[in-house]
Amino acid sequence: MKHGKWPLIVTFLVPPVLLYVFFVVSPYLQAFQISTTDWLGYSADANPVGLANFKTLWHDDYVWNALKNNAILLGLVPVLTIVLGLFFATMLAMGGRKGRAGVTGVRGGALYRTVYFFPQVLSVVIIALLWKEVYHPNQGLLTAAVHAVGLPAPTWLGDPATAFWCVLAVMVWSNVGFYVVLFGAAMSAVPKEIYEAVLLDGASRFTTLRRVTLPLLWDTVQVAWVYLAIFALDGFILVQLMTNGGPNFSTDVIGVRMYDTAFGSETKFGYASAIGVVMFFLTLSVAVLSLRVGRRERIEYS
Amino acid sequence: MNRRDILRRSAAAGLLATPAAGLLSGCATAGGGDKNDADTYRGTKSAQNPLGVQEDAPLEVVIFGGGFGEEYAKAHEAMYTEKYPKAKIKHSSTQEISKTLQPRFVDGTPPDVVNNSGSGQIDFNGLVSQNAVADLGELLTAPSLDIPGKTVKDTLLPGAVEVGSYDGKFLVLNYTYTAYGIWHSAKLFADRGWSYAKTWDEHIALCKQIKAAGIAPWTYAGLHPRYMSWPLIATAIKFGGPSVATAIDNLEPNAWKSDAMRTAADAWHQIVKDKYILEGSPGLDHKQSQTAWCQGKAAFISCGSWLESEQKDVTPAGFNMTIAPTPSLGSGDKLPFEAIRGTAGEPFMVPAKARNVAGGLEYFRTMLSRKGAQDFTKKVASLTVVAGATEGVELPYGLTTVVKALDASGANGFNWVYNNFYRKLERNLVDAACGEFFSGRIGPAEFLEQCQKGADSIAQDSSIKKYKRAA
Repeated sequence: MKHGKWPLIVTFLVPPVLLYVFFVVSPYLQAFQISTTDWLGYSADANPVGLANFKTLWHDDYVWNALKNNAILLGLVPVLTIVLGLFFATMLAMGGRKGRAGVTGVRGGALYRTVYFFPQVLSVVIIALLWKEVYHPNQGLLTAAVHAVGLPAPTWLGDPATAFWCVLAVMVWSNVGFYVVLFGAAMSAVPKEIYEAVLLDGASRFTTLRRVTLPLLWDTVQVAWVYLAIFALDGFILVQLMTNGGPNFSTDVIGVRMYDTAFGSETKFGYASAIGVVMFFLTLSVAVLSLRVGRRERIEYS
Repeated sequence: MNRRDILRRSAAAGLLATPAAGLLSGCATAGGGDKNDADTYRGTKSAQNPLGVQEDAPLEVVIFGGGFGEEYAKAHEAMYTEKYPKAKIKHSSTQEISKTLQPRFVDGTPPDVVNNSGSGQIDFNGLVSQNAVADLGELLTAPSLDIPGKTVKDTLLPGAVEVGSYDGKFLVLNYTYTAYGIWHSAKLFADRGWSYAKTWDEHIALCKQIKAAGIAPWTYAGLHPRYMSWPLIATAIKFGGPSVATAIDNLEPNAWKSDAMRTAADAWHQIVKDKYILEGSPGLDHKQSQTAWCQGKAAFISCGSWLESEQKDVTPAGFNMTIAPTPSLGSGDKLPFEAIRGTAGEPFMVPAKARNVAGGLEYFRTMLSRKGAQDFTKKVASLTVVAGATEGVELPYGLTTVVKALDASGANGFNWVYNNFYRKLERNLVDAACGEFFSGRIGPAEFLEQCQKGADSIAQDSSIKKYKRAA
């Protein structure tokens, strides 16, 4: 093996690493450099301004407003998605009532699983446009439904009081399906005997979920948590397409702020990079934190 | 580990490190130094070739693929190659101007002609402050291509040059001539026996009548509420005179809280208070609101003269959309009722670092020829900045009303340009304030306060270049 090692590394490892360095690492490093300049993006002139961009950022109300929204997303999207995902996956895996000892899913589980997975198949752009029509204040599905029960409908995306929650709902909706499948796959790896034993001991479904399934699925849940946290810190595509941060900045997120600063209403690439750098550290800390906090003993089935 | 191993490993490490270092130094901001003259195309100037076009130089044109499409540009390009058969034209069309072209500006290899428009438009403030746009002054003094005895400047409608000028330099050719006003369906009004109101009090009375008939008097693009800032500012300018607009454009302190703006905001608040706006409008985008209007759910909408071509697919036959100026506030108005906001729009530019700047200017001269302008009007049903180019062209109904309105407005026409100077101020800040105001969440005083706060934040931002225009 000794003689075959280097050719192998050179042919199979070096090219991807080079591509990674070129397309991922170097732009990151560049962003750090650009964030310390006043670069306006359409000429080669960029003057170093030190940390001035970060200082401006600290006093930028619009950035703080966007960060606040991201914080709410961070607090709610992962929790809601994971809770719903776990609930649906549990129902699909063991929600059926088939005698005391049988552990089966609800009837039509395969169909549900497919339906839940639909949003994952659609591109995010389609999801955004689809929901924009659902939220149409005059002829949207949702408005019609609310009118049907005789209630006055809000203007959904047109009202700062509701717009943010409408977007949040779409975020959860579009993510749940994937985690149902992910948790479902993890659950199918749990030996059936454990559940049968739990059932014999007379545990309710909720207790089973809390005391048995969740601890056994902890690794998967943790991964889901990190993914969703990163998603919540971004949220860019859905927000940009559905509301572009409006009305009156009520749905603004940090990603939209960054995009708008560089490509939208201004061309401040230096400042936008500074926002990007802040985003980078926020995402990194959230990921590290959630991995640390969630660290537990790993359970191995033998 | 023997010596050979060490050598091998360091060689492998070198293999990794060298290109990486090279890549890192190839930073985004490092490229695009000054070009030498050998890279640019320049011909000899003559009476036949006043701009000095090199006849075999290639020309690259990037068109915004929006409501006007790209066919009109292909026709202009054909006219160009007719004159310069040896020139090769590279044509492309995109909706994402800024994302597509930003790297090429940095690299110093931008296209020769850019139709910088649409929501992906590059902010002109940034472009101009970085000297990225070529001076078009030479174009203005060049003779017109097919209108004998006149320079290009002589053939343009009044105001066309001013709109594209920054600190007195003509940098941006705004090709279309757009009127901004209040639109209604002449058919709906004729059927119901209504007539467009010339004063604000009559307008409110008419709104009451329309609402009683079961139709919402107004709708607007709630997701882009800046559309409603247009009639409001127009009302203020007609009340207080064009200096209201100059003050706003020049970011003068409290320009948004002038008496005229206050009076106009108070007046417009009436349609919010009396619920004369189609329910749900705050949640509609521009297409949705315009479609609701075309379906007869609302009587009035604020828009520019591109409305007709934008709504072509959904406008019922015989709808007869008609533009009208904003109603006068009263007899004290400084401008007559007929005064309407007319301005050049649809910006085209030649990047300063384009290789074929002369070709770009010549392309503009082609666009501004009578033939080029007429072809454009025929193809996309929109006016150009070339005076009299509509003669002999059959216009669709809406556009004839635009021509009539502009004629009636004449020298009383007005305009503002703060949206060109400071894109962010209109697109973000005034937009947000309009959203709050026209959905009734804030009153006129808070509305103007929020606009003023936005203008002040631009004025205080030292990283934004400031422009002034004369009254």
